Amino acid sequence: LRKNVEDFTGPRERSDLGFVTFDITADILNGKNAFIFDWNVKQLFLYLSAEYSTKNNALNQVVLWDKIMLRGDNPRLFLKDMKSKYFFFDDGNGLKGNRNVTLTLSWNVVPNAGILPLVTGSGHVSVPFPDTYETTKSY
Amino acid sequence: GSAMDLFGDLRRMNKRQLYYQVLNFAMIVSSALMIWKGLIVITGSESPIVVVLSGSMEPAFHRGDLLFLTNFHDDPIRAGEIVVFKVEGRDIPIVHRVIKIHEKENGNIKFLTKGDNNEVDDRGLYKEGQNWLEKKDVVGRARGFLPYVGMVTIIMNDYPKFKYALLAVMGAYVLLKRES
Repeated sequence: LRKNVEDFTGPRERSDLGFVTFDITADILNGKNAFIFDWNVKQLFLYLSAEYSTKNNALNQVVLWDKIMLRGDNPRLFLKDMKSKYFFFDDGNGLKGNRNVTLTLSWNVVPNAGILPLVTGSGHVSVPFPDTYETTKSY
Repeated sequence: GSAMDLFGDLRRMNKRQLYYQVLNFAMIVSSALMIWKGLIVITGSESPIVVVLSGSMEPAFHRGDLLFLTNFHDDPIRAGEIVVFKVEGRDIPIVHRVIKIHEKENGNIKFLTKGDNNEVDDRGLYKEGQNWLEKKDVVGRARGFLPYVGMVTIIMNDYPKFKYALLAVMGAYVLLKRES
């Protein structure tokens, strides 16, 4: 699982807003190292989440992007230059200069019937946010 | 015809047999209630089984699907989890996904939810002026699911005549059932 990111923070009234672009290359496998879609997997809800700590909050998690994969879709992801789907607002100004923002890809397995597990993919990427705000970059 | 046989049966039953059947019926109802209460205790959720009422989590869940919940106090709320919550002052449980959490060192957490099938997050559903949900709003976390099975309760809600007919049939069956 590999992700490459480019990022900058933009000023908003009260809270930091982060902008992240990323690539994802991933094979979604099950616990037995086989491709995830089997007879009891109806779909996957994939999401990319950013996890970090700030002065205000010991733990923050923000979902930046998600995708629904149905049985029959290709379990190998090869996405480039993706922009986050949702606004990456912090609860405060904890993104500026934050060197320890970790991006992880996880998925919720939806069976035809049965348990709903939440799985975190192996491999994650750290995104260091810059110390200054960008005012002119267009997104 | 069988309707005439039923009435014949009723008239011929003496009082003792009738009391016996009523007790049988009461026992079945008590056992069902005990099982339900037991589930509430085991799962920690006030409502361990819920029926999905809307299409806001499609294509994962459809109206009529059944969800099994747990609500253990020490289970942390994390992004990506499917939670069932109630907005303060409203009775309807909503099943959506957690998309944002901000948790303080002491464990106080505030979080935002969104239905997979909705364009926007749930802030429009929360109370006036409320921007976040808290642990106290959570009824439970979705751990398992069965499709279609909950349709029965939706039909009973939308068509009360069907509910009364079903109860009448069940009541008649239990009262008239013979134990050999």
